Amino acid sequence: MNIDIIESMLFATIIAGTPLIIVALGQLIAEKSGVLNLGAEGMMAMGAIAGFAVTFHTGNPWLGVLAGMVAGAIMSLLFAVVVLTLMGNQVATGLALSIFGVGLSAFIGKPYESAILETVPTFRIPLLADLPIIGGPIFNQQPLVYLSWAIFGGVAWFLYKSRPGLLLRAVGESPSSAHSIGYPVIRIRYMATLFGGAMAGIGGSFLSVFYTPLWVEGMVAGRGWIAIALVVFATWRPFRVMVGAYLFGGVMVAQLFVQGSSMDINIPSQFLSSLPYLATIIVLVIISRDQNTVRLNAPVSLGQPYRPEA
Amino acid sequence: MTSTTGADIIDSEQEIRLELNGITKIYPSVIANEDVNLKVRRGEIHAVLGENGAGKSTLMKMIYGVVKPDVGEMKWQGETVHVENPAYARNLGIGMVFQHFSLFETLTVVENVALALPGNPDLKELAIQITEVSNKYGLPVDPERLVHALSVGERQRVEIIRCLLQNPKLLIMDEPTSVLTPQAVRKLFDTLRQLADEGCSILYISHKLDEIQELCHVATVLRNGKVTGDCIPSEETPQSMASLMIGRELPVCEHEAPTELGEVRLRLNGLTVESEDPFGTSLKDIELEINSGEIFGIAGVSGNGQQELLYALSGEEPLKQNESIVICGEAAGRKLPDARRVLGMGFVPEERLGRGAVPRMSLSENALLTAHRRGMLNRGMIQFTPMNDFAKNCIEKFNVKCGGEKAPANSLSGGNLQKFIMGREILQSPKLLVAAQPTWGVDVGAAAFIRQQLIDLRNEGAAILVISEELEELFEICDRIAVIANGKLSPAKKLADTNIDEIGMWMSGMWPDSTSGGVQANA
Amino acid sequence: MLRLERRAEASALMSYLSPVLAIVLMLIGGLILFSALGKDPVEGFRIFFISPLSDIYGVSELFLKATPLMLVAIGLAVGFRANVWNIGAEGQYIMGGVAASAVALYFYESEGPHILILMVIAGGIGGMLWASIPAFLKTRFNTNEILVSLMLVYVAQLAVSWLVHGPMMDPDGFNFPQSRMFEDSALLPMLIEGTRLNAAFLFALSALVVGYIFMYRSFFGFQMQVGGFAANAARYAGFSAKRMVWVGLLAGGGMAGMAGMAEVAGPMGQITEHVSNNYGFAAIIVAFVARLNPIGIFFASLLMALLYLGGEQAQQYMNLPSSISNVFQGMLLMFLLGSDVFINYRLTWKRG
Repeated sequence: MNIDIIESMLFATIIAGTPLIIVALGQLIAEKSGVLNLGAEGMMAMGAIAGFAVTFHTGNPWLGVLAGMVAGAIMSLLFAVVVLTLMGNQVATGLALSIFGVGLSAFIGKPYESAILETVPTFRIPLLADLPIIGGPIFNQQPLVYLSWAIFGGVAWFLYKSRPGLLLRAVGESPSSAHSIGYPVIRIRYMATLFGGAMAGIGGSFLSVFYTPLWVEGMVAGRGWIAIALVVFATWRPFRVMVGAYLFGGVMVAQLFVQGSSMDINIPSQFLSSLPYLATIIVLVIISRDQNTVRLNAPVSLGQPYRPEA
Repeated sequence: MTSTTGADIIDSEQEIRLELNGITKIYPSVIANEDVNLKVRRGEIHAVLGENGAGKSTLMKMIYGVVKPDVGEMKWQGETVHVENPAYARNLGIGMVFQHFSLFETLTVVENVALALPGNPDLKELAIQITEVSNKYGLPVDPERLVHALSVGERQRVEIIRCLLQNPKLLIMDEPTSVLTPQAVRKLFDTLRQLADEGCSILYISHKLDEIQELCHVATVLRNGKVTGDCIPSEETPQSMASLMIGRELPVCEHEAPTELGEVRLRLNGLTVESEDPFGTSLKDIELEINSGEIFGIAGVSGNGQQELLYALSGEEPLKQNESIVICGEAAGRKLPDARRVLGMGFVPEERLGRGAVPRMSLSENALLTAHRRGMLNRGMIQFTPMNDFAKNCIEKFNVKCGGEKAPANSLSGGNLQKFIMGREILQSPKLLVAAQPTWGVDVGAAAFIRQQLIDLRNEGAAILVISEELEELFEICDRIAVIANGKLSPAKKLADTNIDEIGMWMSGMWPDSTSGGVQANA
Repeated sequence: MLRLERRAEASALMSYLSPVLAIVLMLIGGLILFSALGKDPVEGFRIFFISPLSDIYGVSELFLKATPLMLVAIGLAVGFRANVWNIGAEGQYIMGGVAASAVALYFYESEGPHILILMVIAGGIGGMLWASIPAFLKTRFNTNEILVSLMLVYVAQLAVSWLVHGPMMDPDGFNFPQSRMFEDSALLPMLIEGTRLNAAFLFALSALVVGYIFMYRSFFGFQMQVGGFAANAARYAGFSAKRMVWVGLLAGGGMAGMAGMAEVAGPMGQITEHVSNNYGFAAIIVAFVARLNPIGIFFASLLMALLYLGGEQAQQYMNLPSSISNVFQGMLLMFLLGSDVFINYRLTWKRG
């Protein structure tokens, strides 16, 4: 394998991992507040079509990302109303949101199926991009890659260094205690859920505006679910989310490279395509074998409805 | 132990700190408080007395702004206030220590304290302040530790310190002694008196008459949400306060001397359990024998291995060593709950809703839960007539107030549900009954009834194990008693050979080593 | 200020009314959607909800579409009642269809009733095998069954894609990704002449009856309901949680597999990449809307089938993408989950 292939694989791995980072970090924040939103797939799908449509009509990919973010946030608002205000079952509502979002995006996206966007150029960070081997793949990247790093830094700082982050963790652990010392549990959970939705929307728009860049029904292809699995795999820690996302990115890219290469390997392409899903199952098995780690790190109230007495 | 200052304060009308006028709070199923009036003066330790469900906690939550009253007025130092939320209450100078603590287990002490303070306090400085306050009031605690690693007593100290850091003018203590050893209660009282001397008012919620007599200057008594009287505890007798509290004399159980002891029904052979829960307590080498015809009590401060012991006994957490638990002569350590029932064991867990009973299911279905062997099944199909009959019988014999056997379990009051669960287990004529906190949170009448049922069951020859945090209860019904502390079990004593002080001492893990004769710390 | 106030007791009336409310809200949402798309809402309503049922053939198509939904939903309901969240029925359905097709293709050009019987068994086993993966991982390693069963949907879709591009491809099919058409001996008998409604419908009805008896009359069905309502109570009573996971997932997988069989041996008559039509996910909605009750599943399946047919009509006559069915389905479930709040709460007016 020559250096070019390594460089382009590294480049592609980072790109493939980026939407997972953004979506999973959003889910991480929501889950830390105690809200389990299984609707990530649907929110990403809506983010993808909204981003694509707006970019297509305005020609501005940044407006597209903004639109994706808004679409994801609206979807999560729907979820929040049902589970936080109306106390619906979080698992069922999340599923419904996934089905609804995937369906609605396919519905809205029908007219855009054959449209193509211009490729968004990479952004070159001076000096750093000249480093050998890693310079190109890491520092001459899609702008959203840098954004994902900024989100990572922000989320890590917020959770562990800021007082609102401390409060968020407290709410996720014991909403009743947080309520009895006077914090607005439901409002905090709303904000965390909306953040999760907005991130899922950005992640979705990254797929349709920067990554492919086109719209196909079902193009999210389970990435929303993989992001949810990633949060479990990372035991709710931002740094591990980032590492895990790049690992997954690597698996996705590796199978594409094998399929695309002229290597004479007689493996059906469908088998290679299923590798990311199988990898998800494997990492889930590995992490859930160690129940203590999961229990120590999982937000205690995750998925539990809470309604303050009044 | 009332000082004369208590009476002086009552005479002074000058320094009324808190005044409630006509406070009413109605929930869909119950009137929590009705037209409650209350005055608390500066430096006064004011008891709010009432039995479980009398509306004490709701009243306190309204003062602290967690719950809002439907009707009524609250005055703070003469001014009418609307306490919108706890932050507002803290701003006024009101602090509250909750019965079920409002702490976050995965955070450190200092983080927990920080969350209840305004602004964004620097954690390092705050840790120093915590140490200062804890030294001043004799409340030792390490600010950097995670809360889940603290004992129940330490957690309470954290809650108190959290209030004291804001220099409160009124401190609300909701049933603070239910989690403490008798010795720790005395220390707490010293702290509270020190605070009162400095001018802080204290609202002290309790149903324990002796404590109120010892500590409080004045008492307001609640029954069914209404004030039934005010009194000066030092001038009352326990009987007179009890009749204010429950409207009649305190019921007493008939407890004759134990009959002949029979065969061993439960034997624990060096029971050792490594807790899988990172926040749990491991059980160490527990030896125990309980015979037919006796009630054996295990006392202890909560969190010392009671949960783990109960899970091991019930079979909900089966063991690796089959010989560790012998039920009615058969090794049962690896057996599941169902198989242990076949051997003749009955089990009443501490949590009624969600463990002892399924909240959304009817009493009939809840009878099926454990009593299905009583002719309720035929080739795996449910026989509805025997099931309903069993439930009806249980409701009648155990005096369960409910809307019939079709009523869902969550429509019953705590006391009535406990009577049903107790009845369900007793009607299966167990040879061995294990009961956890049998009267926790139950009104006085139901508690007396339940205790009498346990004694009657003993008289019929069953072996009974009661694990409870209420020493008074254990001393009322048990024949022998032991203490669990830090996962170890003390030697057992006949009730006649011991007293509350000795058992209280043992609860902190200090009991004589049976081999050497000296006292050693087992904690 | 409007606010929710807890009822003293759960309202039995509202638990029946809330699905009705959800349907009404979905219809209102649909009218708004049609208007927003610039279509006449009344006309849209007619095409979507009335015209599919205007003749016998239409009604038979409704029952035909409802059949796989009933089968999958009754199987899923068994698990859902115990909080065993198998959401990978889509994959189990596909694998059931694959296994049944393998039997049909193996016995190509032979005759006899054993073929159909073997296909039913193969379908059930195929679905159960696929569902046994999350069951095993859940009981052995405590791995989340939601994510595992869902990931396996994607794997199943890729697997069937490979099969119809390779081993199962019709040798005379000009390289189209589909199998041969099955012979008559591998097709389910028709119920009504001139329609596509087949024997699987009767099978689905009997599955509902069996499901009803299991859920409401058998002790094990009771145990699973206890597990779903209060896991700690089930543990206290000594009911095995692992057995519930296995039974829940195998019931869902087995029924989904047989539904897949009914599809390949029914209206499709072959296997293709698009064997499923999203039935596995729609059945989740059916199960919830039906409150996991077999009688409810019957009606909810018909409703959901109507949404499918309405979507096809809308595609044909209103030039709308057929995925509008999914939009309606998702709306229905979201509204239902929201309206359920009124079972335990009531709206009151309070001055804030």
